[in-house]
Amino acid sequence: MQWASWSAFFNMGGYAFYVWFSFGLTALCLIWEVLALRKRSQQALRLSQLLAQD
Amino acid sequence: MHIHWFKYSSPQTFYPLAGKMIPWFAALAVLLTIAGLYVSFAIAPTDFQQGEAYRIIFVHVPAAWMSMFIYIVMAGWAALGLGFNARLSAMMAQALAPTGAIFTLLALVTGSLWGKPMWGAWWVWDARLTSELILLFLYLGFMALQSSIDDPRRADRAGALLALVGVVNVPIIYFSVKWWNTLHQGSTINMGVAPKMAMTMLLGMLLMALAFWMYSIAVALMRVRCIMLERERSTDWVKALSTGGQA
Amino acid sequence: MNTRKTNAKTNAWTSAWLTVLKRDLLLALRRRSDIATTLFFFVIVSSLFPLGIGPEAAVLSSIAPGVLWVAALLAGMISLSRLFAADFTDGTLEQMLLAPQPLAWLVTAKILAHWLVCGLPVVLLAPLIGLQYALPNEALLVLVYSLLLGTPALSLIGAIGAALTLGVRGSGLLVALLVLPLYIPALIFGAGAVAASQHGMSAQAHLSLLAACSLLSLVLAPLATAAALRISVE
Repeated sequence: MQWASWSAFFNMGGYAFYVWFSFGLTALCLIWEVLALRKRSQQALRLSQLLAQD
Repeated sequence: MHIHWFKYSSPQTFYPLAGKMIPWFAALAVLLTIAGLYVSFAIAPTDFQQGEAYRIIFVHVPAAWMSMFIYIVMAGWAALGLGFNARLSAMMAQALAPTGAIFTLLALVTGSLWGKPMWGAWWVWDARLTSELILLFLYLGFMALQSSIDDPRRADRAGALLALVGVVNVPIIYFSVKWWNTLHQGSTINMGVAPKMAMTMLLGMLLMALAFWMYSIAVALMRVRCIMLERERSTDWVKALSTGGQA
Repeated sequence: MNTRKTNAKTNAWTSAWLTVLKRDLLLALRRRSDIATTLFFFVIVSSLFPLGIGPEAAVLSSIAPGVLWVAALLAGMISLSRLFAADFTDGTLEQMLLAPQPLAWLVTAKILAHWLVCGLPVVLLAPLIGLQYALPNEALLVLVYSLLLGTPALSLIGAIGAALTLGVRGSGLLVALLVLPLYIPALIFGAGAVAASQHGMSAQAHLSLLAACSLLSLVLAPLATAAALRISVE
């Protein structure tokens, strides 16, 4: 293990902002993409459901 | 052989197949991400020159790799789509583009987040960052062209041709940017991986790159399913699917 | 017998090519304002920079290669959307698609006409603008060489973009988005050649690479343009 304590881990040797922002933004973008695609497919299904009822 | 390929390349049969594959790739992506993060934060040693800030490479480098790899794969699907007039290939190319653009953007942002503490500037006209920026333009051009053509068949084929033109140009652009960079800077800014990189660092990057790869496959399959639903909105199988309540 | 047949075929190819070229040049001559627009755009864009930056000769001459090359890129680009648009609306393009000669071959005539009308005037005007930027004589000469070698590549690559966006809504802006990233190598080598001669270095390597870009696009771009035209028209 590289870290003496959790606070040392979160501090990232003084580079906390840069490191956590990078990883956080990446996670956020990827999760957003998955959620947006879920929504898109639900919408597409709902629309064709409406079309099927006509 | 032929019959099988044609069978799976019709949207109606590919849709459920993709649905079955997505959870597997998603699970692989999650497992590999956990392993990759563990290696990058818990095992990989502190870099004696860059301190802890170097850990950004564990997202930056894999994202940059994926951004280029996805462009090549996209052009490959595009070529297949043009050559064999296969609809599924063109849809795959279209489904990959936004994911590739996201990875390009992430490579740019994490690159500048790494650059700030290392070079003291948010943006440096380094050959790699500049090439990534141009790659982002290429992705945006592809997406803009496809979305501005209403006829899906024409959009597929025009996009495919553009992707092929782009993939021929990428090495030329990369070479020219490198040339430009060495002429104008000459100084030794080494964005690259530190010369004596520990094995564990390489392992961390590889694991993260694999995780991104599996993620990309899962997401591209999700998007290709959306595209199929939207394009085949008025066909019987989509109607049956939507009223049956199974996604 | 066989050679006569090939000769006849070659003649047909040449005459079709010349017809397309003549027709396009004639049309351009009838609408001279189009040429003037391109030139005027080039002049005005390159005259705006000194107004924004200031009149110091040292600064101006150091930015001149980049500014003049970017202005030439943009001037070449704004005229691209006209390359096939008129032929597309009046049905000439469909005739060209059905012609016995390969479309890629006929397309080269159209691209050459576009370059003669929109590229060459910019090349000839560039040294005058270069004087405004306090470029030394040697650099002016290299500027002309570099534009002469590089602008054909711009017309050739631009034709692919123009063909892809034919009849698409918002095609003017779309062409910019598609084509400008592909122009980057020409910009780097072209502006680099001028900058090299300014710093007393040989521009040979830059100019060779620029010529290589043009030759490569001469081989590949007509094929891609022809394919794009087929996609857009059919």
